[in-house]
Amino acid sequence: MARARFDVRSQPGFGTIALFTFVVLYLPIITLVAYAFNASESLTAWGGFSLHWFGEAARNTAVQDAAWRSLVIALSAASVATVAATMAAIATTRTAPYRGLGFKYAFINLPLMVPEIVTAVALLIVFARVKVWTGYSGLGYLILAHTAFCIPFAYLPIRARLEGMDEALERAAADLYAPPWQVFRRVTLPLLRPGIIAGFMLAFVISLDDVVISEFVKSGGQDTLPTYMLGQMRREITPEVNAIAAAFLALSVVLVTIFFFINRKKT
Amino acid sequence: MPEPAAVQGKRIAIEARGIVKQFGQGPSALRALDNVSVSIRENEFFTLLGPSGCGKTTLLRMIAGFEYPTEGAILLHGEDIAGLPPFKRPINTVFQSYALFPHLSVWENVAFGLQMLGRPSAEIGPRVAEMLKLVHMEELAQRRTDQISGGQAQRVALARALAPAPKVLLLDEPLSALDYKLRKEMQIELKRMQSETGITFVFVTHDQEEALTMSDRIAVMSKGKVLQIGSPWDIYDKPAERFVADFIGETNFLTAEMVGIGGGTARVRLRSGIEIPATIAEGYTPGREATIVVRPEHARAVKTGGQLAGKVENVVYFGTDTHIYIVLDEGGPFMVRQQNSRSQSCGFEVGDRVGIDIAADAAQVLRD
Repeated sequence: MARARFDVRSQPGFGTIALFTFVVLYLPIITLVAYAFNASESLTAWGGFSLHWFGEAARNTAVQDAAWRSLVIALSAASVATVAATMAAIATTRTAPYRGLGFKYAFINLPLMVPEIVTAVALLIVFARVKVWTGYSGLGYLILAHTAFCIPFAYLPIRARLEGMDEALERAAADLYAPPWQVFRRVTLPLLRPGIIAGFMLAFVISLDDVVISEFVKSGGQDTLPTYMLGQMRREITPEVNAIAAAFLALSVVLVTIFFFINRKKT
Repeated sequence: MPEPAAVQGKRIAIEARGIVKQFGQGPSALRALDNVSVSIRENEFFTLLGPSGCGKTTLLRMIAGFEYPTEGAILLHGEDIAGLPPFKRPINTVFQSYALFPHLSVWENVAFGLQMLGRPSAEIGPRVAEMLKLVHMEELAQRRTDQISGGQAQRVALARALAPAPKVLLLDEPLSALDYKLRKEMQIELKRMQSETGITFVFVTHDQEEALTMSDRIAVMSKGKVLQIGSPWDIYDKPAERFVADFIGETNFLTAEMVGIGGGTARVRLRSGIEIPATIAEGYTPGREATIVVRPEHARAVKTGGQLAGKVENVVYFGTDTHIYIVLDEGGPFMVRQQNSRSQSCGFEVGDRVGIDIAADAAQVLRD
């Protein structure tokens, strides 16, 4: 008898490991969302279904403030980062390879590799100086910091899209009397749109989610939603935090779903 | 071979003068084009023919403006355009991949060039309609380009490139992605459009049959050099070099001894000892030995007589004709192509003794 052929997909224990992984990943999240609907004050004892804590969170002005601030920062940072990333992606793909291109590429993606805490401490030190010099202590620092670490996240999908695009299309446009700016506006940009939207959404979610850099860079009274939640954890914890987290999760899922549909329609 | 006066009098549309294109530097440098000079006449269907990597596409891209020559000049109606970017050249291209804009409709694709030229929409509408009619695509004007077939995409690409009425149309192996039947149809279509529009066509292909059937003149290229320029008839019947003879159609090469030269013709002595007349390729440098070519259809297999003799090695039936593969008595192969008739076979079987009767004007002496 011939021995059964080796098949990487049917090794013993794979099913068990997969199940275990899913449980570890999703059970805590499911529990967190479930307890957001808890009627009681407790995080562990179920007291019946209620939307009480969602209402509580929505009425809390500190939560409103933090949520609004998070949105403003994420929108501004993601917008600036997407524009910068688009320009960087074009500059690094629509060119013949040259010495130093690899270095540039690494440099753009450096924020992905530098430990976040290092960036955070560095920014804290620099911004502390700048605050003294300029006297300005507004949201600009947070937006600037978020923009910086969002750029590589926006860059990657845009660059992937550009690399997948047939360069003959841009040549065809130039051949049909389109000067470089028109080639970009009429051909490159429309075809790049799904990549740009993907880049923007990724940057937006990454900014919305950031704790470490925000915690270090923010001035007094500049809590974002994640740093507000972190602050709440240090005091008495109520299912209000669960409610905020659940709403947050819902927002992310909606964004990813929208992105998925936009991308599917285009390709 | 002197050109007929009517053709000679035509103006030159595109002239490439001493073009050199070098990629890279130093010993690893690659010469894609090596001192190439070509004159393409107005209203001509001109084909650059050669195997892949021969430099034909590089030359085409240079005329379009996507590559710049390392040395030499490209002239359009006598004006040097080497420094002009593609969007300033009145030259359009049909790309090998068609490169239709996937985010625009068929109509918008065809209108693109006219819009970029800033033509008023009152002019663009009728012109696009006219072009779509020319390529029989009126009904699919509002389709997206991913909703049409390969043959239709090909037509749209053609309409798009013709719409701005360019002085020269460049076609980069536009038929290679089509199946056999569609390709044959498009060959005839392309010829028709060229004569209807009166635009100079520069066509790039590696398909010798396509080149022979469509072109007014052909430039055969190999390894970055132009080996021969001439009409399909010139190229096929009077090949100048071994590469040209071998690349275009099937042919027989024979070694012969030069007996006498005079007035464009020569007498050569075959290995069998028999002398035959032969025409001489331009640029031939006289020597004792010469390579001559004889096309398979310009020789007959005969039972007795003939200038050469051998043994039948193989007989292959092709429907319209029969190929008889012969091993010559003095060594080397020879192939004869004979028209079939309905009532009888070619009359030869494997192993038969056979004579080869070469037509009086069939032999050509190569220059190399």
